[in-house]
Amino acid sequence: MFPELNNLLNTTPDQTEQGKLTLLCDAKTDGSFLVHHFLSFYLKANCKVCFVALIQSFSHYNIVGQKLGVSLTTARECGQLVFLEGLKSAVDVFFRPQEEPHPLQFLREANSGNLQPLYEFVQEALKPMDSGEAAWRCPVLLVDDLSVLLSLGVGAVAVLDFIHYCRATVCREWKGNVVALVHDSGDAEDEENDILLNGLGHQSHLILRAEGLATGFCKDVHGQLRILWRRPSEPTAQRDRSLTYQYKIQDKNVSFFAKGMSPAVL
Amino acid sequence: MLESLLALGGLVLLRDSVEWEGRSLLKALIKKSALCGEQVHILGCEVSEEEFREGFDSNINSRLVYHDLFRDPLNWSETGETLPGGPLEALRALCRRTHPGPVTIALDSLSWLLLHLPCTTLCQTLHTLSHQDSCRGDSSPGEQVHVLGLLHEELHGPGPLGVLSSLAQTEVTLSGAMGQASAHVLYRRPQQRPTHQTQWFSILPDFSLELQGGPPLEPQPYPDPRVPSMDPTTHLTFNLRLSKKEREAKDSLTLPFQFSSEKG
Repeated sequence: MFPELNNLLNTTPDQTEQGKLTLLCDAKTDGSFLVHHFLSFYLKANCKVCFVALIQSFSHYNIVGQKLGVSLTTARECGQLVFLEGLKSAVDVFFRPQEEPHPLQFLREANSGNLQPLYEFVQEALKPMDSGEAAWRCPVLLVDDLSVLLSLGVGAVAVLDFIHYCRATVCREWKGNVVALVHDSGDAEDEENDILLNGLGHQSHLILRAEGLATGFCKDVHGQLRILWRRPSEPTAQRDRSLTYQYKIQDKNVSFFAKGMSPAVL
Repeated sequence: MLESLLALGGLVLLRDSVEWEGRSLLKALIKKSALCGEQVHILGCEVSEEEFREGFDSNINSRLVYHDLFRDPLNWSETGETLPGGPLEALRALCRRTHPGPVTIALDSLSWLLLHLPCTTLCQTLHTLSHQDSCRGDSSPGEQVHVLGLLHEELHGPGPLGVLSSLAQTEVTLSGAMGQASAHVLYRRPQQRPTHQTQWFSILPDFSLELQGGPPLEPQPYPDPRVPSMDPTTHLTFNLRLSKKEREAKDSLTLPFQFSSEKG
């Protein structure tokens, strides 16, 4: 996790909020550093994490995790981390009997219906243990990312329904958190992606948006991060807070600074 | 005009966006209806019942009937707890209510229904829902049905938005500036020109509606003509005008690129 980002979000692994949906999005840049942040953050916070990883391999996340101080291998072995490696298990769908349910069952269907098998996988992974003693702080679902589901033929409404059910179960019933990354297609006029992005935006408590700089690529400033706190059903005499920072990604850390205040240009 | 949204019956559309959410205004209007003695039915698709009832006192909560489409709208858990017939049947059941008296029906949200039901079916049902009083022969002004529909603008194309707009008697579009929310109210009275008004407001923690005069700090792109602006030519470190001597020196200067008959 990145300590500076924790400061900006006013949170620490010891005092994480519960029952929240966090939306990560990126536009014209790579926002995966946010995924790595939240993965290591929740592992350090002693939460039970279900990671639906559709983009990279397990070893990729593990290598980055080790730079941030967590070992995914250890977490998986002791039961803290349930890891769905999409790249590997997608192939399994075609080589096992059709009767056996698979979380990525939709890949096999001609017109992909819904993501209910994936939801049931998450439900099984994160359901509280019957023993009654809480080994982990709270359940967390992390998805990297949801846009690839659209590319694989799932409709935007089906993805929204999946997150709806995850919210109802993980956030509301089990007081856990859901974090999901969606790419913003920007000018590409991808209607399905816009519906997904805006639909999730309306349900989120926190939106982190990584954007490339309008002026193009820069060696010392890799992008800017917009943070929007929302309260979907509470009144606010003062409206939701929004902050913008610029950032630079380093080997083991991401540094944040106010716009125009990069050490390289001062 | 914002405080009199519920004066006439029919459909009231609350159009919100990610940046300016509309659920708190919806809850404020529901509170108003409940305080007027109306029964309020909520078709809740996007938040849980506990979350929706938060902030209301027990007096208001006792008048709210929450039809839960949040927990298991598509019957994935197959426990039988879901509303029978799914979202469409739940909506149609609201049309068939037999309880007398004025009633407010809140749809949270219309966007969810529009994404899950065919647009034509939804619009026909909405029309039936908001014109219930005309179906009964002896409708009196006190027997009106108010339908409040929360609509997330960015999720729908111009077609569905236009259709819902034409069904609605009142449209409230939420936006704001400088951290202050505003509502642009478009009011359609039958056989009259539509009227519109922009109202700045805020919602208090107990979901009371507080009207504001304007945003707290109005941006002023153009200077106010009544206030004399400072003369920008004071305290300069350079001269804007030339003295006579300087002007003569300037006029007599030969510029290097000037062509002259004396070529060197």
